[in-house]
Amino acid sequence: MSRPTRILAVASGGGHWVQLLRLRPAFEGTHVTYVTVRRSYSTDIPGEDLRVVPDATRWNKFKLLVMATRILWLVATIRPDVIISTGAAPGYFAIRFGGWFGARTCWVDSIANAEELSLSGRKIRSHATRVLSQWPDVAAAEGVEHAGSVL
Amino acid sequence: MIFVTVGYQMSFDRMIEAVDAWAADHPDADVFAQIGPTDHRPGHLPFTEFMDPAEFVQRVRESTVLVAHAGMGSILTALQYGKPIVVMPRRGDLQETRNDHQLATARKLADRPGIEVAMDETELARALDRLQNLEAAPTLPSTASPELIAHLKDFIAG
Repeated sequence: MSRPTRILAVASGGGHWVQLLRLRPAFEGTHVTYVTVRRSYSTDIPGEDLRVVPDATRWNKFKLLVMATRILWLVATIRPDVIISTGAAPGYFAIRFGGWFGARTCWVDSIANAEELSLSGRKIRSHATRVLSQWPDVAAAEGVEHAGSVL
Repeated sequence: MIFVTVGYQMSFDRMIEAVDAWAADHPDADVFAQIGPTDHRPGHLPFTEFMDPAEFVQRVRESTVLVAHAGMGSILTALQYGKPIVVMPRRGDLQETRNDHQLATARKLADRPGIEVAMDETELARALDRLQNLEAAPTLPSTASPELIAHLKDFIAG
């Protein structure tokens, strides 16, 4: 029997994390490592493997660098087959680095981006295996796929 | 309880000040606010700057209605626990968030049952006056749409 598919499921805090949780049924039968920015989110996924990276936005370059380094290490040691992210900065880095190691990567743009793709979504679109918008009209306008939403 | 939340990342003084002013006129109202990192302290309602996710969910459970920024974390949590929610979008031009995506979220979700949109402080005060008319949407299942789950399962399977 082959080993279960290894997934890295990545989201920053707040709505990004809440949306990632709503994707969990898709991970059934796989080995999932969750990556987020707050240790306290472990109460949402009791018994699951959760790794924490420093929180940062693109306004704080130093913390972004620390975040990126930590994510590079996680990707290099876990070697996921698949990376799925609902955003934002941690997902961007995970998908960039995942590509170097041959992971298949899927960016699910946050449902909060109802009129255009998020900035991180725009930056990652040429690197991710697949980019999904949760809004059909945004997907059509931006040339990415639409396949349902977290709602 | 009316549970007011600005999300975990940034304060939203404009919304908290509007709720505080309303609370001053309604001393019997049971209001609790999570206000984020800010020096602007409300004078007419109990508050905290931050709360961990477990306490957040507890507050949502105990509440009759949420009043929140138009962040998807707050909106999805309200819907998942079957609570009506009044949202006021943060504005990019006031540096309340990085751009106007919350205005877009608010516009797109305004028609959904259980979600009331207040575009500014005046509309928020009006919405607070009418809270008892707000009805919750049917409780949202805790998972994404079957289409999205199926699509991701296919993607994962390769």
